[in-house]
Amino acid sequence: MIELLPLVIALPLAGAVFLHFFGRRIGEPASGWIATLAIGAAFVVGLVNAVPAFTGELHHAEHVAIWDWMPAIGASLEIQWDALSVLMTLVVTGVGTLIHVFAIGYMHGDPRFSRFFTYLNLFAASMLTLVLAGNFAMLFMGWELVGLCSYLLISFWYTKPSAAAAGKKAFVVNRIGDFGFMVALMLIFLNFGTLSYGGVFERAGEVLTTGTAVAIGLLLLVGAAGKSAQVPLYVWLPDAMEGPTPVSALIHAATMVTAGVYVVSRAAAIFELAPAAGYAVATVGAVTALWAATIAIGQSDIKKVLAYSTVSQLGYMFLAAGLGGYVAAVFHLMTHAFFKALLFLGSGSVIHGMADEQDMRKMGGLRKHMPTTAATMGVATLAIAGIPPLAGFWSKDEILGVAFEGGTYGQVLWVVGLITAMLTAFYMTRQWVMVFMGEPRWDDGVHPHESPRVMTIPLVILAVLSVVGGLVNTPFRLGLEHFLHPAFEGIDLAHPSEEMSVFAILAAVSVLAGVAGIAVGYLVYNRPPARWTKFQEGFGGLWTAWEQAYRVDDIYGATIVKPGKRLADAAAFKFDLPVIDGLVNGAGWLVRTVGSKLRVVQTGLVRNYGVLFVAGVLAAVIWMVVAGGGV
Amino acid sequence: MLTSLIVVPAVAALIVALVPSRRSELHLPLGFGLSVIPLAIAGVLFFEFETGSAAMQFTEHVPWYEPWGIAWSLGVDGISLGMIVLTTILIPISLAASTHIDQRVKEFVVFTLLLEAGLIGTFLATDLFLFFVFFEAVLVPMYFIIGIWGSERRIYAAVKFFLYTAFGSAFMLAAIIALGLIHASQTGAPSFELADLMSLEFSGSQERWLFAAFAIAFAIKVPLFPVHTWLPDAHVEAPTAGSVLLAGVMLKLGTYGLLRFNLGLFPQASVDFIPLMATLAVIGIVYGAIVAIVQPDLKKLVAYSSVSHLGFIVLGTFALTSAGLQGAVIQNINHGLTTGALFLLVGMLYERRHTKKIAEFGGLAKVMPIFAGVFLFTTFASIGLPGLNGFVGEFLVLIGTYPTLQVFAIIAASGVIFAAVYLLWAYERVFTGEPDREENKVLSDLSGREIAVLAPLVVLMVVLGLYPKILLDRTAASTEAVLDRIEAVTDYEVPEPGRLADVFVVAESEEGE
Repeated sequence: MIELLPLVIALPLAGAVFLHFFGRRIGEPASGWIATLAIGAAFVVGLVNAVPAFTGELHHAEHVAIWDWMPAIGASLEIQWDALSVLMTLVVTGVGTLIHVFAIGYMHGDPRFSRFFTYLNLFAASMLTLVLAGNFAMLFMGWELVGLCSYLLISFWYTKPSAAAAGKKAFVVNRIGDFGFMVALMLIFLNFGTLSYGGVFERAGEVLTTGTAVAIGLLLLVGAAGKSAQVPLYVWLPDAMEGPTPVSALIHAATMVTAGVYVVSRAAAIFELAPAAGYAVATVGAVTALWAATIAIGQSDIKKVLAYSTVSQLGYMFLAAGLGGYVAAVFHLMTHAFFKALLFLGSGSVIHGMADEQDMRKMGGLRKHMPTTAATMGVATLAIAGIPPLAGFWSKDEILGVAFEGGTYGQVLWVVGLITAMLTAFYMTRQWVMVFMGEPRWDDGVHPHESPRVMTIPLVILAVLSVVGGLVNTPFRLGLEHFLHPAFEGIDLAHPSEEMSVFAILAAVSVLAGVAGIAVGYLVYNRPPARWTKFQEGFGGLWTAWEQAYRVDDIYGATIVKPGKRLADAAAFKFDLPVIDGLVNGAGWLVRTVGSKLRVVQTGLVRNYGVLFVAGVLAAVIWMVVAGGGV
Repeated sequence: MLTSLIVVPAVAALIVALVPSRRSELHLPLGFGLSVIPLAIAGVLFFEFETGSAAMQFTEHVPWYEPWGIAWSLGVDGISLGMIVLTTILIPISLAASTHIDQRVKEFVVFTLLLEAGLIGTFLATDLFLFFVFFEAVLVPMYFIIGIWGSERRIYAAVKFFLYTAFGSAFMLAAIIALGLIHASQTGAPSFELADLMSLEFSGSQERWLFAAFAIAFAIKVPLFPVHTWLPDAHVEAPTAGSVLLAGVMLKLGTYGLLRFNLGLFPQASVDFIPLMATLAVIGIVYGAIVAIVQPDLKKLVAYSSVSHLGFIVLGTFALTSAGLQGAVIQNINHGLTTGALFLLVGMLYERRHTKKIAEFGGLAKVMPIFAGVFLFTTFASIGLPGLNGFVGEFLVLIGTYPTLQVFAIIAASGVIFAAVYLLWAYERVFTGEPDREENKVLSDLSGREIAVLAPLVVLMVVLGLYPKILLDRTAASTEAVLDRIEAVTDYEVPEPGRLADVFVVAESEEGE
């Protein structure tokens, strides 16, 4: 069956191509169901082929060649099927299918309904190319194609200038990361003469010096930081919320943004040789986790809270991966895909029911009107807050456990992670309470209503996954760890302590932090808005800073964008035109003047040509006499 | 067969010329129909071409003026094959895209077909004198295409184009004559045959001077910084077909020439000049891109993007590695397809609105969705999105350059950021938002003919993006041969990436025994 794996990519790709040409004619909702069918079928193909991985028979990576791509650098299109790609494939197609279904309801009535599903299918194919690739070149192809789809879907409502600008910003910022990624690939090729995973990872220990390994690791981190929205390249993700909400759920929460985590995990063999690069990854992750969490606190747009929360949670994954806790990172990647997709879809359901209102200050009391959405989002909120036995508790605790065992520096990161966990519980509770509890603060004419079943059923399924999804890897039964183990053969994986007492104490501390966050959030925001203001004013300028996201966009604008534009202006209009072009034209004028003085030939063009021609031949003769003595 | 590739377009030009001027509705369809013949011949050539061979194939040799050793000598190898196919593809497309030409249609078609004959001749010629004749001959039809059918400042642009190129050519002519004389002094008879000249021995300074003379001619053609300023002017003023052929094929005479003649004839000097050529190439990549960002005119923007993209080709050429050279050769083709398509698109917009100023547009995606879609597609091909053609050349060049020119490769890689900036920003301003100007709200989307004009290019962008092997299989042997020769006659050693890795593997397997 393994030879059917290319279908995992081909099915959604075929769906995209088909819908591109016939989607309009097929219309709504059929084109949405076709797209769902395409990705659903990819899920089934993936699942069937995943059986050996579940039964423990997939000891070594299997490869399926598609065709040669760039033979000169040993880059072919080939699929690598191992535990890591199995897991990623199932997450992408599984969560992806649910989001496709949800989108059929959410995009109802949009004039470009079928085009939306074209892009969604194209994204699925691209993301699957990324996770199924057997070499860095094909990985990079998927990496860039998901960027394209992200661009297309963020600016889906392109008549809105803010959406168009956000799409461009996402692509350009990602390209800054890609620059690092490309240099990493150059360095890899120089050292290994190939870009295939097998050729690189199996020989990394013999080939790479520590310095080179660190360089490659840091460059991969630059790429990963772009795609996974880490400090300082995270600024595109909040803006990406301009895209329709299913896009935010699929691309900007559950799948694409985790590509950076995937790459770091995939390149574990390189990071293993470069502890310094690993620490850099962990540090970037920790800083991002805390930084974005504080910003999330100050947001009042329902999607912006989730956007910064995603940045923060991705930071968590980086923290773990950087310390060698790849299983923990991938575990959190998976559970986060469940509950964050649920949160985004739930917010979409809210926005849908509130006639496109996104400001949480104008919500309130919605639980009576949208019970399913309220309940499922409530589950996701508890999950991300790390309340046992929900999914987020297990994965987050594993990350914190890894950090705690990571020496002094690891314990510093553990503190950062713990504070982040508390803040996360606080801002998520704040969100849920502001939206669903209290008195209605809606604008006139808004009549909230629960979303149709096509939207709520995916919510319920994701809620179930958010509850039980963490049970795949608990200290009592390390299912995921065993599952992933073949993919990390020979890698020294970082683990939480195996001492039950240490686990219990750490768990108690982090649950306490979560409960504290929930309690403060509930107590403050389950009151009239005047009390919120009072609470927020207590933080003084700090709260304003959070509200304004530390004005990082303004800072980048003033220090990079504006000077950059000025430089380009100067290059084009103060240098290229007057200086370069002027000099050459001046030379031309000189020749013309001399030519007319000499009056060799009468007509302008021929005269000039003649002068140059003669001059050239003369020069040649002189040269032959002077320099070419051997002629 | 090769002679027919040159003769057929020339005869086609003659046939069109014989149709009376008053039957102006006939010229374009007739010219288009006739231009399909060379395309068919080139197609046969492409698939009959023996892959894996570095030798000149389908060679023809007829002495022309024996006292000087000049011959009608033609041949095709992996380096020129793709360019010939590209030329024969772009000519019918350019003609089909020129229905807006309403004055002196006959002359226009005749000049275009003559241009084709000249361009193909330049790529086929293996006699340097013959090469020079074609190299100069193509100036004339292009001069008139810009000068007659161009926009307001067409005369200025045409003369500038002509003078720049002619200036460079003078140096090359002198060098070619010198080569013939040197051949005479070393063997007793002059010859301009490439293969003969490759066996000459030069003194160091001789070789460097000759290299420089050729390099000046080709650098202007590419164009490399700082001799690039004729290009934006020529593009802005040229009619669509002129821009397509200028960017698609004529600039490649420069990159082709550098690879064929500079690397081929002057291996030692090529090695010596690496720092200079790579520096100019990288400046072109970054500088062209930065200047492109703020251009207010779409055509000028695309023109400066060409400066940037062509820099990659020169960089890959002088990286002197397998991947670099292959990347350079394939990027020649890819740039022709994507930039050709961009100029066609800008031309179609110009026909509708009679302006190319970015500020005049906005929100066009809503009015012209198909046009916007094709434009965006081509934009991403040009940005170097993997899966489309532009990536393959660029990536091979970068990967290939890094082993020999690390810093240059890293700086060049930053070009990927700038390309996204200038193209996506332009797209944003032209196509997104609500259409606010009345004249933009009534624009018609692409017609069936226009879609047919663009479709072959779009298809090729995908095919070469996903399956470049069809081309790389044909180029690899020839580029390897260039490197082999450089290695044979100079101290230069082509780096083999991963050699260290291989050493370890060998050691390991020996241990195993």
